[in-house]
Amino acid sequence: MSDPVNQSFVEKLQSRRRLIEVATVIVIMVIAVIILPATLSAFRLNLLGRWLSLAIVAVAIDLIWGFTGMLSLGHGVYFALGGYALGMHLSLMAPRGRTPAGVPLPDFMAFGGLLKLPAWWEPFHSPWFAMAAVLLVPGIVSLVLGYFIFRNRIKGVYFAIITQATSLVLGVLLVGYLQYTAGTNGLTNFETFFGASVNTPEFRRTIYIITCFILLGCYIFARWLTSGKFGRMMVAIRDDEFRARYAGYHVDFYKLVVYVISAIMAGIGGALFVPQVLIIDPTRAGIVQSIEFVIMVAIGGRGTIVGAVVGAILFNAIRTYLSESYPDFWLFAQGLLLLLVVMFLPMGLIGVIKEGSKRFKIGSNVIFP
Amino acid sequence: MTKDILRVENLTVDFSGFKAITNLNFSMQEGELRVVIGPNGAGKTTLCDAITGKVSPTSGKIFFHDEDISHLPEYKIARKGIGRKFQTPRVFLNLSVYENVELAYNRTKGVLKTLFSKRNPVERERIMEVLETCGLADVTHRLAGILAHGQKQWLEIAMMVAQDPDLLLLDECVAGMTDKETEATGELIESLAKSHAILVIEHDMVFVRQIAKLVTVLHQGETLCEGTFDQVQQDSRVIEVYLGSHKAEMAAVA
Repeated sequence: MSDPVNQSFVEKLQSRRRLIEVATVIVIMVIAVIILPATLSAFRLNLLGRWLSLAIVAVAIDLIWGFTGMLSLGHGVYFALGGYALGMHLSLMAPRGRTPAGVPLPDFMAFGGLLKLPAWWEPFHSPWFAMAAVLLVPGIVSLVLGYFIFRNRIKGVYFAIITQATSLVLGVLLVGYLQYTAGTNGLTNFETFFGASVNTPEFRRTIYIITCFILLGCYIFARWLTSGKFGRMMVAIRDDEFRARYAGYHVDFYKLVVYVISAIMAGIGGALFVPQVLIIDPTRAGIVQSIEFVIMVAIGGRGTIVGAVVGAILFNAIRTYLSESYPDFWLFAQGLLLLLVVMFLPMGLIGVIKEGSKRFKIGSNVIFP
Repeated sequence: MTKDILRVENLTVDFSGFKAITNLNFSMQEGELRVVIGPNGAGKTTLCDAITGKVSPTSGKIFFHDEDISHLPEYKIARKGIGRKFQTPRVFLNLSVYENVELAYNRTKGVLKTLFSKRNPVERERIMEVLETCGLADVTHRLAGILAHGQKQWLEIAMMVAQDPDLLLLDECVAGMTDKETEATGELIESLAKSHAILVIEHDMVFVRQIAKLVTVLHQGETLCEGTFDQVQQDSRVIEVYLGSHKAEMAAVA
C-alpha cells in the first residue's frame, strides 16, 4: 500500500537534507577559497592544498571500497601515474642536463646516458597533453587491469593482494628504469608551469584554489554517483554480488566502471599533489602510500563521501602536527590510529557522529550524506 | 500440447571427476508448478546452478523458450526471464526493502541507463504492488538487514517477482521458517503459480505436499521418477532410495 503521508515526509526530509548539504558545502567553499588564503601563511596554505589533493584520492578509495566493497591496496599506482604524467611535463620545462649534441635534456637522462629524449616523452612538452595523460593513463591502466581482475571474478582479499602487487610492480619499474624515470630520486627541480614560476606564493595559492574546486567537483560527482540507482547498485554489489548477478546485472562490468572512475580520480589527486610538493618519486606509488589512503577513509568513515574528505584532512593534520613536534612518533601514532579505528570506530568518525545524533534524536545526521 | 518453457537435454555436470548430474533429461511446461525432491547429493542445487548459469554444463544443453542458454553468463540468463531464490535469504542488507525490490525491478540494467535513470510513479506503483503481494507493505522503508528471517525470505521472493521472470527457481525457500511462515509461503507460491512457471527444490515434505502437483525425484544426478505426489510416494524405487529414511515423516503427512 502506497503511504502518501510517509512518502511525502521522506521526500521532504530528502529535500531538506539536500538544502542543508548545499548550504554547508557553500559555506565551506567560501571559507576555503576566500577566507583561508587571506589568513593562513603561504606555508600552511600549501600544506592544506596537499591534504585536499590527497582528499581527492580518499574520495576515490571511498567509491571503490566504502561503497562497492573492493579494498584496493594499490591506489598509489594511479596516484603516481597521474603525478608522474604532470611531473614529466614539469621536468621538460626545466631541463638541467644536455645531450652530447648540446640539446637540453632532463639531467637524470643525461646521467643515464640517453643521447636524446625518448619518443614517448616527446608529447609531454605540451601541458595539455600532460593533463590529458593524467586522466587517460590511470584510466587505461585500470581498464586493462580491471578487465582481467573482474573477468576472473577476483575479489575480497585476493583483490587486495593483487592491487598491492601492482603497486609493488610500478615501484620496481620506476626505480629500475631510472634513465627514463629518475629512479628513487623522482622527478623534481621543477621551475615553470604554463610559463609561471612554480616557486612563488601566487602560484601556490592558485594551485590551492584549483585544488579546492576540483575537490568540490569530485565531491559533487561522487555524491551524484552514489545517491542514485547506480549508487544503490554499488551498495548492492558490496552486500551480495551474486544476488545482483541473478537480478540481471552485469556485476563485473559495474565493478570495472567504478574501478576506472576511482583510478582516474586518484590520478587527478596525484596531478594536483605534484605542483604543490614539487617532487614525485616512486614511494608515491608504493604500498605504504596506498595503505595510507585507505587509513584516511577508515578514519573518516567509509561509505560516506564527506567521511573520506574529513578523514584525509584529519589524518594529514595529525601527521603534520606530530612530525613537527615529535618526528619519531608519527609511525607509531599511525599504527595506533588504525588500531583504534578498527577496534572502536568501525564506521569511522562520521559513523560515530551519525550514531550519536540518532541516539540523541538530534537528526543532525542529515548533514552527513 | 503446450510449449516447453524449460528443457534440459542429456545434461551432465562434472566437477573435475565428480559427476553431480549425469545425463539428466527434464522438461517443464509453461505455467507449470514443479517440485524437485531428492536425497542429499542428488544434484538438485547443481541443477539450479546449471540452469541459472552459475556452473557451465560439461555436456548436454539447456533450453529456455527453445533458446539454448547452456553457456550464457548469469546476468544474461536472468534478463531472459529466469529468477532464482537462494537457499539462505540473500538480499542487499544495507538497502531498504523498497530499494531492494527497485533494483530487481529496474527494467534497464546497463550501466549508463542505471546512471541516468529517474524514479517514476508507474515504477513505484508496480513495486508497491509486488511488496503488497509478498506481505512487505508495512516495512517498505526499513533496512533489509533488520528484517526477520522469514521477511527476508519473502523480500527475496519479492525481488524475484519484481524481475518479472517467466520461470522462478526456488531453492529450499522454507528452510528455517516457522510453520506459520511456511504455510504463508506456500500460499504465496500458489498465488504466484497462477502467472509464472515455478520450479521448487525442496526438502520439507509437509511443504511439498501443500504445493506439489507434479514431483520429479532426482537421485545421484539422474531422474528417478516423475509423477504426482501420491504416485511418487507409492513408487518402490523412490521409497528405497529416498523416502525409506523418511518413512515416518511420509506416514505422518499421508
